[in-house]
Amino acid sequence: MSNNDQAATAGPAPASRQKAARKPRRSRILVDFMGSMSLAITLLVALAIASVIGTVLVQNEPYTEYLIDFGPFWHEIFAGMGLYQVYSATWFLLVVAFLVISTSFCVYRQSPGLLKDLRRYNLQVKEKSLRSFHSSATGDLDQPQDAFVQHAHQVLKAQGFRAREKTSEGQTVIAAMRGRWNRMGYLLTHVGIVVICVGALADGTTLLKLNEWLGNLEIETRSVPISEVPRSAWVPEWNPSFRGSVEIPEGASANVVFLPMREGYYVQELPFRIELEEFRIERFSTGAEQSYESDLVIHDPNRDEPLRHTISVNHPLIYNGYAIYQASFADGGTRLDIDAIPLGAEALQELEVPGRVFQEIEVPTPAGDTRTIEFTNFQSENVVPLLNEEGVRENRQMGPSFDFRLMDRTGHGLYYRNYQRPALQEGAMYFLSGVRESPADEFHYLFLPADADDSLERFRTYLAMLHNTEVRNEIARQVARDDDSVPNEQSQAIARTTAELMGLFAEGGYMAVHEEIERRVPADRIDEVRDLMIRILHAGLQGLYMEVLQDEGVVSIQEEEQRFLEDTISAINAISLYQSPFFFHLKDFEHREASGLQIARAPGQSTVYAGSTMLIIGIFLLFYVSYQRLWIMARRRDDGEGTHVVMAGTSNRHQVEFEERFAHLKRWIIDQKPVGSDPQREDQNKNA
Amino acid sequence: MSVPHEALDFERPGFFRQLQLRDWAYFALMAAVAVISLTFYGENMDRYDIGGLILAVGTSAWMGWFWRPWQAFSIIVGVLALFGIWLYGDNLAANETNFWLNYIGSGQAGVMWMSVFLYLSTVAYLMGLFSSSDFPSRVGAAFAWVGAGAGAMALLVRWREIYLTDPTWGYIPVANLYEVFILFAALTTLMYLYYEQRTGSRNMGAFVMLVIAASVTFLLWYMFDREAHVVEPLVPALNSWWMKIHVPTNFVGYGGFAIAAMLGVAFLIRNRLDRTRPDAAITRRIPSTDTLDSVMYKAIAIGFAFFTIATVLGAMWAAEAWGGYWSWDPKETWALIVWLNYAAWLHMRFTKGWRGPTMAWWAIVGLFITTFAFLGVNMFLSGLHSYGEL
Ligand code: HEM
Repeated sequence: MSNNDQAATAGPAPASRQKAARKPRRSRILVDFMGSMSLAITLLVALAIASVIGTVLVQNEPYTEYLIDFGPFWHEIFAGMGLYQVYSATWFLLVVAFLVISTSFCVYRQSPGLLKDLRRYNLQVKEKSLRSFHSSATGDLDQPQDAFVQHAHQVLKAQGFRAREKTSEGQTVIAAMRGRWNRMGYLLTHVGIVVICVGALADGTTLLKLNEWLGNLEIETRSVPISEVPRSAWVPEWNPSFRGSVEIPEGASANVVFLPMREGYYVQELPFRIELEEFRIERFSTGAEQSYESDLVIHDPNRDEPLRHTISVNHPLIYNGYAIYQASFADGGTRLDIDAIPLGAEALQELEVPGRVFQEIEVPTPAGDTRTIEFTNFQSENVVPLLNEEGVRENRQMGPSFDFRLMDRTGHGLYYRNYQRPALQEGAMYFLSGVRESPADEFHYLFLPADADDSLERFRTYLAMLHNTEVRNEIARQVARDDDSVPNEQSQAIARTTAELMGLFAEGGYMAVHEEIERRVPADRIDEVRDLMIRILHAGLQGLYMEVLQDEGVVSIQEEEQRFLEDTISAINAISLYQSPFFFHLKDFEHREASGLQIARAPGQSTVYAGSTMLIIGIFLLFYVSYQRLWIMARRRDDGEGTHVVMAGTSNRHQVEFEERFAHLKRWIIDQKPVGSDPQREDQNKNA
Repeated sequence: MSVPHEALDFERPGFFRQLQLRDWAYFALMAAVAVISLTFYGENMDRYDIGGLILAVGTSAWMGWFWRPWQAFSIIVGVLALFGIWLYGDNLAANETNFWLNYIGSGQAGVMWMSVFLYLSTVAYLMGLFSSSDFPSRVGAAFAWVGAGAGAMALLVRWREIYLTDPTWGYIPVANLYEVFILFAALTTLMYLYYEQRTGSRNMGAFVMLVIAASVTFLLWYMFDREAHVVEPLVPALNSWWMKIHVPTNFVGYGGFAIAAMLGVAFLIRNRLDRTRPDAAITRRIPSTDTLDSVMYKAIAIGFAFFTIATVLGAMWAAEAWGGYWSWDPKETWALIVWLNYAAWLHMRFTKGWRGPTMAWWAIVGLFITTFAFLGVNMFLSGLHSYGEL
C-alpha cells in the first residue's frame, strides 16, 4: 500500500509492519513469503490460466473421444496432467490450497496491526515527520492555543473523525481517524475468501479421490446393468458430499445415483428409495417445454410413512440434507405397437412389431432377409412453427412420433423418424417419415399420401398392384387398347413397353426408367425417346389408378383424386432412396416417461454462502469507506502570542480525493475560512 | 482573526438534512407507485414479486437521492413506457396501426431511437474532443440521456409486449442476448453520465461512447441479421426469480469494466500527448491522467463489487436450477477468470500502489477478457448456459 508505505517511513505506520522490518526472524520470512502479494498474484494468474484450459478443452468427455481428437501421444500427456478434469486435478487443488494459505497468512500477518490500528491513535508523532507527509500544512495563528484546539476538535468531530489529544511541555497533539470500518473490510474480504474455499473443499470430490488413492474405490467404466457393477465402484452412504444423477422411469424407483468420474462413474448409495409416480411436461403453444415436474415418493426406513412431494425445474426438494432436483427427462421405455408395412408387392400384408423404446427387434423382410430395428425415442407431442399464408407464425400440432434406427445384417443403417398421424401439407394429408444418415444431419421426408379415411389403404393397394406382374400386364393391355390413336398392330408392342416401364418404375422409380433408356437408345435420340416413354409410363400408372378407384367404387375423378395419383407416383419414386423395406406405422402406444433427477449433498453450501456474504460486505467497506488519519500539532508561537500549527494526514485510498479533503480541512482548521458551497465538490467528498 | 463558527461550512448536515423538498417528493412518488401497484395487482403477486417490486422501487428512490438527475430520468421513462403500454391495451397488433407505437413507443421503435441517439451522441462527443467549444460535448451528453431513456423505455415496453405475445410466456426482458445488449447500452450510458457529472469532465464521453456505439452496432446486426427481437418463450431453467436480479447486477459489472477500459485508452493517449505535445490544445482537452486514473479506479471498483454480487447470486441460482452452486460450467468459469483478473488489478493498486500506463493497459485487456466471458463463451464454448447462443 503505497500511501501507508509513505507513512511508514514518516513514522505513524501500522505497527506490525515496523516490527517486521526490525526483526527478520526465519518464521517471519516464511510468513512474509506466504502472504506476499507476488505469490498471491502468481497464484491468481495460475488459477485463471487453469480455468481457461478447463473451458477450452471440453471436460469429462469419454476418453475414446479424446483419443480420436488428440492422438495417442498427446492423449497420454493430457490425461497424465489431468487436463480432462482440470478442476479436480491434484495440481489445481494445490493451487487453490496455496491461495487459501496465502490469504490466511496475509490475514494472520495483518490482523494484529489492523486491530491495533483501530485503537491506536499514535500521539507520539514528531513535528519533522508530520512535515514530510505528502498531505501536510503549517500555519501561524493569532488565536490562543486553547481556543485553537477547541476549534480543531469541533471541525474534526463535525467531519466524522474520532480524535484523541495529548498535551505535554506546552505542545498539544491531536490524533484523529475516521473510516475504521475500511480496515474491517480488509479482514472480511480475505476471511470470506478463506471461508468460501473451505466450504467448497468440503463439497468437492477430495474424499472420493483419497479413497481411490487408498485403493478402497475403483471407478466403473463399462455401461452395464447396475447389478453387474462390482462392489468396488459403490460408494457407501457415509460420503458426505456428492453430486450425481439418475433416471427413473414412471412407476419405477431407485436408491442410488451415478457420480460421473473421469472416464467412468461411481454408484452412490442413498439411505432412501425414490419412486417416480408420474412425470408431467407443460408446454408452450410453440411446443417448447415450459416446465416439467415429477411426483416423487420417498421411501425411507426411518419414516413411518412415505413422503410425497412434487419437484419441478427450479423447485427442488431438500430431504435430510439431500437435495433432489428436476434436471431433465427422457423416455422411460414407451410401449409401441407398430405395423411394418412392406413397401412392395406385399404392401397389404402388414407385420405386427410390438416394441419398446430402447429395444431392438429383428424383423424378417419379404425378400427373406432380416433387419434389426432399434427404437431410440418417442415423442408424444410435436409442434412445428410454420408461417401460414398470411405470413403469420402458426404452431402446427404434428402428434406423436417415434425415432428408430434400421440396420442390416452388417449393422449399417439409417436413422428414421415417423409420425403417427397424417399431417396437412399444402392442402393434402400425408404420412411423414424422416430419414437421415446420421443424427447430425437434417431429415429428408418421405410423403405417403393418405386417403379420404386418413389411412394408407389406397396407397398400399396401388403399391401392391403395381408390384404385381399380372396386374401390370393386364392394365398395360387395356391402356394400349383404349388408345385410339394407335394402330391395332402396334398396340401389343406398346402394351409390352408399358408393362415393362411400370415394372422398372416399381422397382427403382424414374431413375431405373432413365437408366434403362440410356442403356438401350443411342445418345442423339434420348430426349425424344424419353419424353415418349414417360408419357407411356404415366398412361400405364394412370390406368392402374383407375382400376384401384373402380375397385373402391369411385366413379368420377376429381382434382383430389388426380392429386393423389401424383403424390403416389412421387412417393413410389422416392421409395428407392428411402432404403427401408418397410414403412413402420405406429398404431398405438403406451407412453412412459422417465425423470432425470440430479441429487446432491453439499454440506459446505451454507459455509460458502456465509463466506460470500462476508466477501461482499468486505468489498463494499473496502471500496466505499476510506480510512483516514489526521494529526494536528499546536504550540505557543515563538513570539509568545498566538499558535503555531502543523497538520498532516494520510489515507489508504483515493489519494486525489483525500488531497482535496485535506485542503478543505486545512482551510477550516488553519485558515478558518469557509470552503464555499460548491455542491459538486461536496458531493465528491461525500462519495469518496 | 477567528471567524464565528456559524460562518464556517464544516458542519456536515446529516444525510437526511441534505435532502430537499424535491427529494422527498420523489420518494413519495416511488412509495405511491409501490402502493398503487400492490393495491391493484397485489393479488396476482407472490412474495417474490412483492419483494422484487419493493426492491426495484426502493432502489429507484435511493438512486434519486444519491443522484438527482435520476429523478427526472426515471419519471420521464416511466411515463413514456406506461403510455406505450396503455396504448397497447390487450392488442399486440396495435403497434402497426398506432402512430406512437409504430414510430416511437414500442419496444422495437424504442431500440431504434436508442441506437440513433447513442450514435449521434458518440459523434457529438468526438466533435467536442476536437473543438474549442464545450457545445458539442453538451449536445453529446443530451443525446446520451435521450438514448439511454429510449433504451430503458424500450425494455419496459417490451416487458409488456412479451406478455401480449403469449400470456404464458411472460418473463422480464433480460433473458437473451438481444435484451441484455439493450440493457448494456442504456446502463453503461447512464453510468458514464454519472461519472461525467461528478467529475465535470465531459470529454471522457468521446472514448466511453465508442464502446457503447460498438455494442449498439452489434445489437443492430443481431437484430437485422438474426431476427433476435422476435419473442420466444424461455427454457424452464431461466424461469426463475433469480434471473431478475442476477442479470442486471452482472451488467453493472460489465458496464463498469467497459467504462474503465475506454478510460484506459484515454489515459494512454493523454499520457503520450503529455510527453510529445504537452502544449497542444487537444492534449488539454483530454482529461488529466489523474482524473482518468481516479475514474478508472472507481469504475472498476463499482464493477467489481457488483460483479462479485452477481457471481454469488448466480451461484445461488445454479444451486437451485442445476443442483450445485458451482459446476465449472464455461460461463461460470469465465466469470471467475474475469473476477480474478480484476482482483489482481485491484491488489496491484492497493498494495503496490501501481498507477499509470500499466494499469491502463491492464484495464483494456480486462475488457477483452470480459467480452469473451460475455459473448465469446456463448459463441465458442458449450455448456449449461446454452441459451443466449449466437
Ligand atoms: C482471490 C482471493 C484473494 C487473495 C488470494 C488475496 C490475497 C491477498 C494477499 C496475499 C494480500 C497481501 C497481504 C499483505 O500484504 O500482508 C492481500 C492484500 C489485500 N487484498 Fe487481497 N486477496 C484476495 C481477494 C481480495 C479481494 C476480493 C479484495 C477486495 C477487493 C482484496 C483486497 C485486498 C486489499 C485491500 C489488500 C491490502 C491490504 C492492506 O495492505 O491494507 N483482496 N490480498
